[in-house]
Amino acid sequence: MTIADADVKDWVGKTLDAGPGDVVVEQGLIQHWCEATENGNPLFWDDEVAEDLTGGPIAPPTMLSVWMRPLMWKPGPDDDSIRPLELHFQLKDAFDLPEGVVANNELEFHAPVRPGDLISTKQSVREISEVKETRLGTGRFWTIDVTYTNQRGETVGVESYAMFSYRRENSP
Amino acid sequence: MTEAFTAAEVLAGTKLPTMEVPISARTVIMGASASRDWQTQHHDHAWAVERAGTRDIFLNTPTQAGWIERYLTDWTGPRGRLGRLRFRMRSSVYPGQTLTFQGVVAEVTIDDAGTTWADLDIDLTVDGETVTECAARIAIPKDDDDNPWAKDAGSWKP
Repeated sequence: MTIADADVKDWVGKTLDAGPGDVVVEQGLIQHWCEATENGNPLFWDDEVAEDLTGGPIAPPTMLSVWMRPLMWKPGPDDDSIRPLELHFQLKDAFDLPEGVVANNELEFHAPVRPGDLISTKQSVREISEVKETRLGTGRFWTIDVTYTNQRGETVGVESYAMFSYRRENSP
Repeated sequence: MTEAFTAAEVLAGTKLPTMEVPISARTVIMGASASRDWQTQHHDHAWAVERAGTRDIFLNTPTQAGWIERYLTDWTGPRGRLGRLRFRMRSSVYPGQTLTFQGVVAEVTIDDAGTTWADLDIDLTVDGETVTECAARIAIPKDDDDNPWAKDAGSWKP
């Protein structure tokens, strides 16, 4: 099995300004998240508690990446230019590794995210490993850092993803 | 009782109540939908098995973070404010499994801005095997008058 050998040093340190997300932070998505994780924290269900503790409604901190992911469809010309965690998909293409899983995830939470906010992201490639064999297949580990800011330029979070991208014998 | 929860009750070695979550296909797909993550391995069984080589669809990463947040704030109540989560997924979580959450406080510290932090080790297991290990840092109220959410950018140091 051969593994495409794009030049690692061309990719480490590469950054991508993905700009604002497609969705504005809003209550319906917050409720759907709380529904999916059965989260009864009154901050997200009781306006008085939210007013008292956080000065009004906020989104659960762990929703951070929700505000980055693009809509799967929107009107207008077909446009696949930005994918969720775009740099990861660019790396998969460059190294010809069709499958990928998240190995490690680190999240740091800053200013609260509130309904009405529009969150922007910047991504950067921190490191890329040598070719490794795992039980999933042959591929590489890499780490991508994502910084999230709101429309006032305040940092709302920093996230890093360590991904393993790989090729299986029957991968296309 | 979460309403009265303060740092006074929390010491290194304090254990959180165990939480058990039965995982169904709906848990996995609703989590993917709520995180707006339409990668195929989180909703399409045939694709997950034939293409990704996993035994079924599996919980995505943001949903695991969301369940961990819920586990922590069930313990702290609404004044608990998450600072940091770091987690490592050793194996995937599939429909039909029961996901068990256990947590223990590793350390309680106060930073120079006066925030009380609980650092915890959280273990997610299926049939006694660790599937995800997590280090969490959450700000907790020092007393009945303290509210970690009142910290601004200058005094919030996660």
